[in-house]
Amino acid sequence: MNSFIFRNSEELLKLCKEHDSPIWEIMLRYEMQISSKKREPIMSKLLERLDVIFNGINASIEKPEVSPSKMAGESTAFLVKHINEFDKYADSLLLNEAAIRAMLGAIATGENNARMGVILAFPTAGAAGVLPGVMYGAKYKFSLSKKELINMMLTASAIGVIIANTATLSGAAGGCQAEVGSASAMAAAALTEVRGASPETTLQAAALALKNMIGLACDPIGGLVEVPCIKRNGIAAVFSMSASDMAFMGIKSFVPFDEVVRAMREVGDMMSPRIKETALGGLATTPTGQKVAKRMGLLKIGENPCTK
Amino acid sequence: MSPFSLFDIAGPIMVGPSSSHTAGAAKIGQFARAIFDGKPDEVHFLLHGSFGDVYKGHATDKALLGGIMQFPPNEPKIKKSFDIADEIGLKYKFTKGDLGSGFHPNSVKIRLRNEKREMSVIASSIGGGNIEINRINGFDIRLTGNSTDNFFTIIIENKNLPGMLAKSTGFLGQKGIRIVNMQSSYFAGDNKVLSVLSLEKELALDEIMELESKEGIVFVRALKKISR
Ligand code: SF4
Repeated sequence: MNSFIFRNSEELLKLCKEHDSPIWEIMLRYEMQISSKKREPIMSKLLERLDVIFNGINASIEKPEVSPSKMAGESTAFLVKHINEFDKYADSLLLNEAAIRAMLGAIATGENNARMGVILAFPTAGAAGVLPGVMYGAKYKFSLSKKELINMMLTASAIGVIIANTATLSGAAGGCQAEVGSASAMAAAALTEVRGASPETTLQAAALALKNMIGLACDPIGGLVEVPCIKRNGIAAVFSMSASDMAFMGIKSFVPFDEVVRAMREVGDMMSPRIKETALGGLATTPTGQKVAKRMGLLKIGENPCTK
Repeated sequence: MSPFSLFDIAGPIMVGPSSSHTAGAAKIGQFARAIFDGKPDEVHFLLHGSFGDVYKGHATDKALLGGIMQFPPNEPKIKKSFDIADEIGLKYKFTKGDLGSGFHPNSVKIRLRNEKREMSVIASSIGGGNIEINRINGFDIRLTGNSTDNFFTIIIENKNLPGMLAKSTGFLGQKGIRIVNMQSSYFAGDNKVLSVLSLEKELALDEIMELESKEGIVFVRALKKISR
């Protein structure tokens, strides 16, 4: 029997070529192989997750509510207002409706997470908005079916598997480049393959996205997954669209994806623990950040939770 | 290392906001409840390290209490854990504390009680929603969330008498149940031994009771497969 296991993009591309298949199909076969399950049960689990994604976005749109820290929960409404009357605002906004929708999908997911809604950690809870965002935007733009949205999840997961194998997806281990950065690479790839680009072009999009997220610190105020996380997801969703369009037009990343992932890991290793989810540096220790932490009785600034 | 699954990347489905501080905490609660086996009247949580520092912001308290009420990490009712516990008359208390330097920063000691028994469990949330049980009733053990995904786990506490372990393993052998993994820990304070066994097959309720009735055995608990 053929093996569908891949660890890096080189192996993934080889499998795509051998089987004349898109990345999403190889990812599905990969999962069938490692779980010894048939196609259907895997598809039904994906469908369940797809529902979680869209239900979460809708929950925030329908019931905006400020989070307990009072730092989050108000942005979704601004985006909804502009989407509802997009024609009226179209001339004064720079981005098109698909991009604003991507922002909405991402931020609504993040706000839903902050108020303890049900979310899909994809790949993590902190970076859980980027993929829902681009899926929400692309669904509108290309009138995607559920099957195509699931394909986006599969393409994205293949990129996630490669990053998890070579580097990490955790902000505590690698900074936010590993969370929102990885999610952006996953989203850029998904956006590219779903409109019919080749596996090579799809990986170019992932490389372009991740390359430009290298170095991103994880510096959440009070250690809460709210600031900067939620709006960062919103901007990252639009950023992923840029990377995808760039690749779609034929622009290539000078550094191939596997090398970019290794570079990301290296930068993560060099990062100070103060900017790896400990809330001891960056935005977390700004005067504003410290004020919130104090008000909420959260982390004592200067005390590293990791070394205690 | 086994390859990452599609659902390691696209998952888990969970109640926000944090996989380690919320989802993992609910799972710890679920495990503690399963080990306690029965409805507790009172539960006390001693929150260690980062759990103690940031539990309010991440709703670690609600998630732990929800887990004690058998809510899985994706149960939206976690948000209302306090109200639900009040309704069913489950008393709860949270204290910030220090378990010592040997424990992961995201650790908690849970004491459960009802009129029949009392029990304590120390567990840690080790990242990405994964957990580890470190101590049960003072006995050092190591039980990961994953070890119960693939196998059936039972916990046996017995008096420290000669031949006790053979009694349990012999019993399982008679029933034709293979032991995949086993660990035992001795606690001098009680002069008792606690063993955790991973089995290939589930033990039926009457079999559990039969084993429990044997001379020298204090209790036998089966951890049912806990939903992810
Ligand atoms: S800043 Fe940190 S907690 Fe927030 S999304 Fe990025 S990695 Fe996650």
